[in-house]
Amino acid sequence: MSYVGIILTLVFVNNVVLSQLLGLCPLVSASRRVESAAILGFAVTFVSSLAALATWAVERLVLLPLDIGYFRIVAFVLTTVGLVRLLDFLVLRTSSSLRASLQVYLPLLVPNCAVLGITLIAERSGYGALESFVAGAAAGAGFLVSILLLASIREKLESEWVPRPLRGLPIALISAGLIALAFLAFDKALVKNLIG
Amino acid sequence: MSLAGSEPLAISPHLHREITTARIMWGVTACLLPAGLWGVWQFGPRALLVVLVALLAALAGELLVGLLRSRPTVRDGSAFLTGLLVGYLLPPGVPLYVPAAASLFGILVVKGSFGGLGNNWMNPAIAGTVFAFFSWSAARRGWIAPLAWSPPAGASWAEPLAFVKSAALTSGAHGPIELLASAGYPVSRFSQALGGWLHGALGLGIDAHYLDLLFGCVPGSIGEVSPLLLGAGSVYLFRTGIITWHVPASLGGTFLVLVAVFGGLPYGAGFFAGNPVFHLLSGSLALSALYMACDPATSPMTAKGKLIFGAGVGALGALLRLCGSAPDGLPLAIILMNIATPLINGLTGPGRFGGGSGRPRA
Repeated sequence: MSYVGIILTLVFVNNVVLSQLLGLCPLVSASRRVESAAILGFAVTFVSSLAALATWAVERLVLLPLDIGYFRIVAFVLTTVGLVRLLDFLVLRTSSSLRASLQVYLPLLVPNCAVLGITLIAERSGYGALESFVAGAAAGAGFLVSILLLASIREKLESEWVPRPLRGLPIALISAGLIALAFLAFDKALVKNLIG
Repeated sequence: MSLAGSEPLAISPHLHREITTARIMWGVTACLLPAGLWGVWQFGPRALLVVLVALLAALAGELLVGLLRSRPTVRDGSAFLTGLLVGYLLPPGVPLYVPAAASLFGILVVKGSFGGLGNNWMNPAIAGTVFAFFSWSAARRGWIAPLAWSPPAGASWAEPLAFVKSAALTSGAHGPIELLASAGYPVSRFSQALGGWLHGALGLGIDAHYLDLLFGCVPGSIGEVSPLLLGAGSVYLFRTGIITWHVPASLGGTFLVLVAVFGGLPYGAGFFAGNPVFHLLSGSLALSALYMACDPATSPMTAKGKLIFGAGVGALGALLRLCGSAPDGLPLAIILMNIATPLINGLTGPGRFGGGSGRPRA
């Protein structure tokens, strides 16, 4: 599949949140404000693109030669978490402002099931190194798009009008569900017609 | 929430006008009625039944929400309008659980759970219909041949957009109207006669299919088929200022330009070979641009925001109509842009009173 096809598919059609239902926990916990949603979204995009590349390397260099595919999930979890710790150590020690804004998210929210799911999807699709990287970035961008849209809606919700039992988490999930309903407009046939 | 209520909405000063939420809702309903009556006349009592079920389900849902919240809102007319639009968006031959489920989903989930009218950020009628559309394949079929076709067509024909979409590439025709003509798509006798008269008396060669699309003598959704009556009804809305020109103009303009540029591609005819007139008259363009996209609760507030919103709906609508798998992409485009409405409002909102910087929102 072409790179444009990978990007369109992973951002709109197989959106990691709206279609695969991965990463719902960071989605609802960081979408109260647009700023925090943007920070987390960009962090997830950054980490997932690197994680897809790193797990591709792990798959090729370790799992395949040793024929231990059944360790894939454990290996990918360790790779992803290790990657986040490495980034935490390397990048953020150098910039105090970036560290301040990411402090809450990076250790707790970024190594999430969305990132792990992205790496597993990239592996299952049989992508090469660059394709894995692009797929990771595109899936992360899909997460960014959905969390930004949800945050902009939640900021504007006048919560005093929402019925009491539905305030907070329930109405956030209903909103995410309605976004997913509208995103059903983007399907495989659309991408196929668009780029042939 | 009714603007006519006694509770104040915001800090004064307020300009008092005789226009209330209920009056706007019933006004829009009245403007929609001619197109619906036309649909019922063309498609028969079955269409009336579908609209009635949609209306009853919407009113029952609103009543239920009102009872649960001890805040009766049925009389403001918004639930009636939602039910009416659900009925209008459905083909007349759908099973009756489809309008009921669509209305209930729209009223209970899309509107009621957010606290009722004005707090919903997605158009309840469209969201309900789209929910039904993706839930049951039966909701996507069920076209009935219009009364104006004579003799009554033997085989059941799909609505023009669906017909054209399924046969675009294999037909060898260069555009939708040519495709309809070459496939022997039926024409009403009235449009044939009128087309012949226009040709003979004025020298205008207009294909009778265009006239059928304009008047609404084609199979389709109950309230969508007659752009002429929908347009006529909207004159009152424009004159009273219930809707402004911004959304319809930018929506229609963007949509038609994109369709004119890219519309020929599905036929292998290259760029700038589209047929904007066919797409203007078919599907839900009139209903979407003049009524549903102008819903004050789910579209942006400022003029600039409305222009952006309309352009977004037009662009997504053209994309989905030309490339998507659903025949008509406009309702889907509206709810997609509903998602972006809070974002647009935030970017185009006026600055704080007294705030010096150009930053629109803190």
